[in-house]
Parts: sequence; C-alpha cells; structure tokens
Amino acid sequence: MSVLNVPTMAEMMAKGESPDILFWVGCAGSFDDRAKKITKALVKILNECKVNFAVLGAEESCTGDPAKRAGNEFTFQMQAMMNIQVLDGYEVKKIVTACPHCFNTLKNEYPELGGKYEVIHHTQLLQELINQGQLKLKDGGTFKGKKITFHDPCYLGRANDVYEAPRDLIEKLDVELVEMKRCKTNGLCCGAGGAQMFKEAEKGNKEINVERTEEALESNPDIIATGCPFCNTMMTDGVKNFNKEDQVEVLDVAELIATAADL
Amino acid sequence: MITPILFGLLLVVGFGFFGWNVMKVRSNIKLGRELDRKDNSGARWKTMILVAFGQQKMFARPIPALLHFAIYAAFVITQIELIEIVVDGLSSGHRTFADSLGGFYTFMISFIEILSVLALIATVIFLARRNLIKVPRLVMSEMKGWPKMDGNMILFMEIILVCCIFTMNGADVALHPGEYNFAISSLIGPALFGGMNPETLHVLEQIGWWGHIFMVFAFLNYLPYSKHFHILLAFPNTYYSNLEKKGKFTNMESVTKEVKLMMDPTADPFAAPAEGEATEPQRFGAKDVTDLTWKNLMDSYTCTECGRCTSSCPANITGKLLSPRKIMMDTRDRLVEVGDNKRKHGSDYDDGKSLLGDYITEEEIWACTSCNACVQECPVNIDPLSIIVDLRRYLVMEESKVPTELTGMLTNIENNGAPWQFSPTDRLNWKDEA
Repeated sequence: MSVLNVPTMAEMMAKGESPDILFWVGCAGSFDDRAKKITKALVKILNECKVNFAVLGAEESCTGDPAKRAGNEFTFQMQAMMNIQVLDGYEVKKIVTACPHCFNTLKNEYPELGGKYEVIHHTQLLQELINQGQLKLKDGGTFKGKKITFHDPCYLGRANDVYEAPRDLIEKLDVELVEMKRCKTNGLCCGAGGAQMFKEAEKGNKEINVERTEEALESNPDIIATGCPFCNTMMTDGVKNFNKEDQVEVLDVAELIATAADL
Repeated sequence: MITPILFGLLLVVGFGFFGWNVMKVRSNIKLGRELDRKDNSGARWKTMILVAFGQQKMFARPIPALLHFAIYAAFVITQIELIEIVVDGLSSGHRTFADSLGGFYTFMISFIEILSVLALIATVIFLARRNLIKVPRLVMSEMKGWPKMDGNMILFMEIILVCCIFTMNGADVALHPGEYNFAISSLIGPALFGGMNPETLHVLEQIGWWGHIFMVFAFLNYLPYSKHFHILLAFPNTYYSNLEKKGKFTNMESVTKEVKLMMDPTADPFAAPAEGEATEPQRFGAKDVTDLTWKNLMDSYTCTECGRCTSSCPANITGKLLSPRKIMMDTRDRLVEVGDNKRKHGSDYDDGKSLLGDYITEEEIWACTSCNACVQECPVNIDPLSIIVDLRRYLVMEESKVPTELTGMLTNIENNGAPWQFSPTDRLNWKDEA
C-alpha cells in the first residue's frame, strides 16, 4: 500500500505554504474504524489528483453538530467558536468534508458565529475532479453491471439539496443505479440524525435502520452506496440484521470512486 | 323590503363574528417570540404563489392533489358568484349580472357548476377516504374525537353548499324555461324540478339561495374553530416560510453572548447589563407556546391535520410515539387555551400547565432524528422540527434533562472534542494504520 500523504495545516504553515482546500475529517472519519476507510479512500483520490490539501489533525475538534441537535446550544457554540478561531488562524477559505453533518454545520451554522468558508461535500469535489479530467476512472469498470442503490443522507439531501452529485458519480461507474421507493426529497432517514446515533432509540416496533435497509434490499442491490459515515454504520448494521452481509456491501461513494480509479 | 334588511343583518353578523374571531387568532399568534421574516419579499411572493396558490407541494401525491385541487378551484371561482349573491341580497335583485354580462355570465355560471360537480365528487371521495377506506394517516390516534368530526363536518358542509347551488340554479332554470343555459342545471333542473308549480319552484329557488349564503357564513365562522382555517392562513404562512436551507438550525443569540463572555479573557462577568438590555434573561428554548416564535404559532393555526408529515416521519413509521402532526395540534390547542386564559384572567395568569409536559411528552421529542421529512412534506411549509428543537433546548439547557447516553456524548465533546472517548491527539492515527 502506498503511503498516504496527509499534511497538517501546522506543518504547511511552518513551511510557509498554504493549501487550496482544508479536508475536514470529522470525528467519525478520524476515530470510527469503518469511517476511517472512507477517509483513506478520499485521501488516496486527493493524492492521485495532486490536490493541494491539508488536515487540521489534532487541532480539529467536533463541529458541535450532535450537541446542537440534542438541544445543547452552549456546547455547540463553544465548539464552533473554538473551531472558528483555529480555521481563521490558518486563514482557511475552502473546506471539503466527507460527513454531511460537519458539512451542514460548517456551511450553514458557522457563518452567523463569524466563520465564513466555502464548504463542499466530498461528492461535489469528486464530481469536479472527474469532470475536469483530473481523476480518470479505469476502463472496463470494476463495478460494471452491478446494481447500486443510493441512500440519501438527510443532511446532504433534504437539508442542503444535494441529490445529483453522488448519483452522477455512481452513474460514471457503468453500473445500474436503482432508486429506492423513498429517495431524494422523500428519502427515509437511516435513524442516526438528531443525535440519535449516540443513544438508544425510543420505544417502538422497529429500528429505523432496519426499515430503511429493508427498503434498500427490495431493489436487490449488490451495493448500497451512501455519502455519510453515520448512514454507513446504520445501513451496515441493517444489512447484518438481514444476514445479507455476504451479498450486499455498504460503501461510501468515495470508496466506489477510489476502487474504480484503481487506487 | 324585509329581505335586504335581513340580508344586511346576516352580512354584518357573519362578517362581524368572523372578524372578532380572526382578531383573537391574531392576538394569540402575537403571543409568540419575535422573528424577522420581512426580508427578501421577492422570494417570499414566489414561494407563496407556487406553494399556496399553485399547490406545488400537494402534487407529490397526485391523486389527493387532483381531488383537492377540484375543491380549491371550485371554492375560489365560486367567490365570483358570491359577489352577485351579495348584490342581489342587498338590492332585492335577481341575477343582477345576467343581463349586463350576457353570454359571459352563462359561461361563468356553467364553469362554476362544472367545478362544483367535480368538487362534489372529490368531497364524496374524501369522505370515503376518511370513513370507509380509512387511509392510515387520516385515522391515526391523534385523529380520534374532535379532529375526526372536524374533518367530516367540513366535507358535509361542502356537500350541503353544492346541493344549495344546484337547487338554486336548477329551480331557477325550471322556473324560467329557455332563459338560462347553464351547463349542469339546464340538465338536472328540468329532470329534478320539471312539472312543479311555479310557487313551489320559487320557494325551492329561495331555499337554495338562502341556504347557500347561510352555509357560506356558517362555513366562514366555523373556520377559526377548525383545522380548515388553512384555506386562509396557507397564504401568509407560505409567504413567511423559512427561506434558509432546511439543515440550518437557528442560532441562539442569547447563548452567543454568554459564550463570547466566557471566551473573552478581558470580560467582566459582573458588569451591569448595558442600557436598554433586558435584565430578565429570556428562557432558553421553549417550555410553553409563548416561548415559541410567532411563526411556530402561525404554523399551528395553518395545520389542516393532513398527516403527510407523520406518514413520512421515520420515528412514527417505526412505531415511536412522535407524530409531527400531533406536535402542531398540541401547539394550537395549548395556544388557544393560553389565549383564552389571558383574555379571561389577565395577561399574567398562569394555569400551571405548559406545552411540554401537559401536551407533548419528552419521549416524543427525543424520538426525532431531525431528518426534515416532515418539513419537506408539508404542503403549506409548516416546520414542526423547529418546535421539537426548541423543546429539547429547554429540557437540556434549563432543566438539564438529557437522556443518559447523550450526557456521555456531550461530556465527551466538551472534554475531548469528539462525541466518543478518544484523545484529540489520536485524531490523525488513521494516516498510519494499515
């Protein structure tokens, strides 16, 4: 495996350099074993395309999203203001992140607290890299003929109206993109949002991720693709619930693209 | 000359009582907290025209959308005929506009008649959906009792209204053979009323005429007590829609002030509040309806309890207690109660009850995933999520009542900058892991 080139902002600054874009890794992308694979897939692509990027490393901290959704505005704003101090200290202008929750918070909720940046989701960056010819997918397509369904993360789709970038990427893979009955604006949540990821669900008759995975499996996909580390966890657990983990993979769009580009 | 007087009296009482009730609703909505929704009027008009006037979001579900559109179109167009009824009533005239408008008059009435038939069909189907087919979202637990009766009553009133129109027009056609050429009543008039003597026909025509106008006023005055108020409030409610991205939650200015104070080493924590600043701090989040914004309260009066929100809510679909529709219904019910209390007992009266606790339980609000499906679904841009979030804010920041697992998550964020217990220095470990 080739060594990943992951400069930190501090290292770059010491060298008197500044990156074009900051990769906001997020807590899941930094600590969750499954999400770390997504992080690495994205970095491989960034390295391949020679994108001049950096990460904050140890200086990155939770955006405060789960605190805000849980109703703790104090914790959220403390986190936000500390992060804004760090980001502004490095004069960050543009941010990419593979987590729709970080994406939403940085893009929509930081400006009012003084943090104004151009924030994009990694599917938007990948789309740009491919469209501009910087990233080439290998011929013959690793996924050729496979059936893939895309689960819309709420904080990417409904919350920010990004529906096409991930679909556009999947369609470049020469695969059959099948839509679930509830998709795009009508997409059903995976069950993790609103700080639910960190607590047991309230009493009910079914887990939300089971309901969603059931729907995804109805279209008989080979792969359930998504663009959020939390959705990924929920859908992976859902697939295990139906004992289908040998037949159906849950992958992030970045992983699909990295594989298709033979990285 | 008794008719114009009677009619004038009906007008005054009908509009007067309605106006009085509207003022009550208005003053109730104004109990909410301030919120600026005056910006960007261009985008606001556009939203209102598309979403309220054009019913854009209804068409996500085409069958009820078409049926609803038939009733809506009939309702809007019938208002034109109502102008004539008012003129006739005040002047003791009969079809005042018929002569001056000529062929266009026939076209207008015919158009209204065709729409009325479509509306009648739609009404019957809607009754069937509620009472025979029992469409799940229309018969859920919060729809028992008054909400169920309310829904049916509106539909029955519509049927009576349409029957009055056709009795009026049909009897008129039978009374004056060959004079009117209306699309529907020219057919059903002779069929139903043909052969009756002119006196009976005249009485029938009068029953239809008075019945129609009486139902219009009954309907108008029923609105402020009913979920059906949406036919009016849909317009301002969509005009004042949230134009921001749905994922953006409001920033709490009061917290910003505190946090800035905490982060500023030169700040004097004991400084007296600046001139003009409120000395009594506002409650964080919402415990009762008066802690919500006026838009939240307008939302609650606009809700017509269609349940699209609830039928798309992941928590509700999987059997949790949360129903976004119930959040709106509870908010409205509590607001009516608070408003009545204030009018009866003075503005400082406290009945010891609150929205959170007496109407909405903690279990409901903690089931929300903040996925925005309810906000997306609502055909009149109601936002149940912002109420849920404000109730959470109150619980967490005022009462420190947080589900246990979330306490751990919050502590982790505060201590080590991640919702899990990892050291911030390990953030980049993934780089070197195989």
